[in-house]
Amino acid sequence: MNFGLSEEQVLLKNTIRRFLEEQCPTTRVRAIMEGESGHDPALWEGLVDLGVSGLIIPAAYGGSGLELLDFALAAEELGYACTPGPFIGVAMATVALLEGGDAAQREQWLPRIASGKALATIAFGEGDGEWDPRKYAARVQGDQLTGAKPFVPYASAADAIIVAAHDSNGPGLWLVERGAPGIEIIRLKVNDLTRRVETVRFTGTPARKLGGNAAALQRTLNAGCVLIAGDAYGGSSRCLEMAVQYAKQREQFGQIIGAFQAVKHQVANLACELEPSLSLYWYAAHAFDRIHDKSERHAALAKAHLSDLYDRVTRDTTELHGGIGFTWEFDLHLWFRRAIFDRSFLGDANFHRARAADLAGW
Amino acid sequence: MDLSYSEEYEKFRAEVRRFLQENWTDEDRNSAPPPDQRAAMMGAVIRTDERATKFRQKAIERGYLYRHVPKRYGGGEQPPDSLKGTIIVEEFRRAQAPGEIMGQGPSMLVPTLVEHGTEEQKQQFVCDTLLGKISWCQGYSEPGSGSDLASLRTRAELDGDFWVVNGQKIWTSNADTSEWMFCLVRTEPDAPKHDGISYLLIDMQTPGLTVRPLRQMTGDADFNEVFLDNVRVPVKNLVGKRGQGWIVSRSTLKHERNLIGSSLLSRRTLDGIIMLAQGINLRGQPAIKDPHIRNRIIELESKVLANEYHGYRLLTMQHRGEEAGTAQLVTKLYGTMLGYDIGKLAMDMMGDRGLLAPGEETAPAMGMFVTAYMWSLGILIAGGTANIQRNVIAERGLGLPRDQAVNRK
Repeated sequence: MNFGLSEEQVLLKNTIRRFLEEQCPTTRVRAIMEGESGHDPALWEGLVDLGVSGLIIPAAYGGSGLELLDFALAAEELGYACTPGPFIGVAMATVALLEGGDAAQREQWLPRIASGKALATIAFGEGDGEWDPRKYAARVQGDQLTGAKPFVPYASAADAIIVAAHDSNGPGLWLVERGAPGIEIIRLKVNDLTRRVETVRFTGTPARKLGGNAAALQRTLNAGCVLIAGDAYGGSSRCLEMAVQYAKQREQFGQIIGAFQAVKHQVANLACELEPSLSLYWYAAHAFDRIHDKSERHAALAKAHLSDLYDRVTRDTTELHGGIGFTWEFDLHLWFRRAIFDRSFLGDANFHRARAADLAGW
Repeated sequence: MDLSYSEEYEKFRAEVRRFLQENWTDEDRNSAPPPDQRAAMMGAVIRTDERATKFRQKAIERGYLYRHVPKRYGGGEQPPDSLKGTIIVEEFRRAQAPGEIMGQGPSMLVPTLVEHGTEEQKQQFVCDTLLGKISWCQGYSEPGSGSDLASLRTRAELDGDFWVVNGQKIWTSNADTSEWMFCLVRTEPDAPKHDGISYLLIDMQTPGLTVRPLRQMTGDADFNEVFLDNVRVPVKNLVGKRGQGWIVSRSTLKHERNLIGSSLLSRRTLDGIIMLAQGINLRGQPAIKDPHIRNRIIELESKVLANEYHGYRLLTMQHRGEEAGTAQLVTKLYGTMLGYDIGKLAMDMMGDRGLLAPGEETAPAMGMFVTAYMWSLGILIAGGTANIQRNVIAERGLGLPRDQAVNRK
């Protein structure tokens, strides 16, 4: 019974954390997010050099051959540091290729993703909060994809987009390459400027099918849920740290505000909720890796639970900071916006809870 | 990350199972007197009859029970190993065999005596307490001293070879059935508040002691008030030095905070909630089909699982000898808030059947959920209220400063 991280995993976390402390302080986060694309290739390259993009890619393709738990730890650290960039899309596309890609597709894309030479992303949800793959309207007929995906992470920067759609056999995954005919990408004004999403419209776009069908699609979604949960945990723990730090410094009414019981209780409540939620996301990642029959429900539970928590943490933390917390200049809203992303990307908490109830067979 | 046990521990588990098969048979199990319902919910057996005692003695000899207590005082005395401890609890529960006695004697008094008691006290009390031959109640809280326990006013004055005790204790569970009480009393009225307290062992048969049942909001009287009127306690029943009682008692309060809010209880109660939801109708359909109820059950399940896995994480940290810090400090608060969520959901599912009281035949599950709903509030208050827990988390865990306005003297 070893419900904890290995030395290597702790080292991985610390390495990513140190790198981001040095290379991605909030000044750089702001510079990138205020830029046009919200993506800094140099920063991504730094993460690639650490092995982040290739964490779960087998060594044969130039990756580290690790598991989703390790990937989720990286997601946590990226969330902790509010890191701008295409991680979530790249990560889910990688899972899709591993779960559903044929040998040629894996050979073509995985080494380039691991080495940072290519970016990939995923196009799943179709708006109105619908993230159930069985309900997607995007269709493939004779290798031609038609449909609209409103929220695709970093579509403009992607060399490959893995699209969830249907053909006559049902739901599946298709790969579309940059520059293919019939793709229209529409820029959006978004709240989380560190993780841009764009609308992509496909009209008769050539698409190559991944072999895995519905199961691979679901695994990809499950992995994405776990990674979002990890991000939410990382961001929440950063916000709690900031709240505690502020409570120890700020003086009002003749004392450090952290001495007031109401302030103490607010942070204590957050800490109380945060601690067990770490174990929930760890378990969900572990289930994806090793306890497959529990994986789908746990991914849904973790995503819902952690994104709800992130919402509460960011609100309470901002409130605790008083007026300064509400300014653009103060960094807190960076994470507040991340929480807004995590709330609904891949499906909101109610969607996932309804799914989990259905999966329980009730 | 690995949820399985290594070969060494699976061998140990097999050994424990063999011991149980040989020493606690079907006949033993079936001879059981009807179990206490609440204890049964927690999966514990609190029998102390001769059959159970003989079994416990064997289990202690094998090092399965009371592993933290030296052999010479009747314990199992084993090197600390939380994984072995967990395996033992799991297997004993599975076999419905008598485990460590759940009560304030074994869990609080014994560790205190082992750490602070005289040789005579250890010899007199420890072994019999571990076997349930002596049962204990805790004389701590007073009407005027609850969260601020150190402000307690029950006085003890030295008269020759006796401490003469006057005062009142409250919330004393099992005072009516206990043989002894471990009691905090003020012996140094002029000293600063924490330095004026002593820890006394009081025989409940001593003249001057009156026990009065305290009826709680559920309607039952599981607690008591204890009135002490010139109760004479031999000086040899002082544990630790006079004036050191607060320090002596610290170990017991730490234990109490871990005891309450068990994740096993939450899991079983969740299963009960799901069964209730499947069996009860709410506006024309089983409650489990109602989308709001489904949503809340899943929210609850997430917290129950988070709580369980948090337990695994703490177990791992303990086994590795790592400092758990804030992670350890949140357990009581999390568990008791979860108890509230569970109770609340049950009440909502029952709808107007929540109007019916325990004992009413037509009440769902004989009104058990209503009792649980009320008890969840009791548990939240007992052993350190939720607000005290929050203070502890904030101050000891997160390092926030103490309130300067609070009188610490």
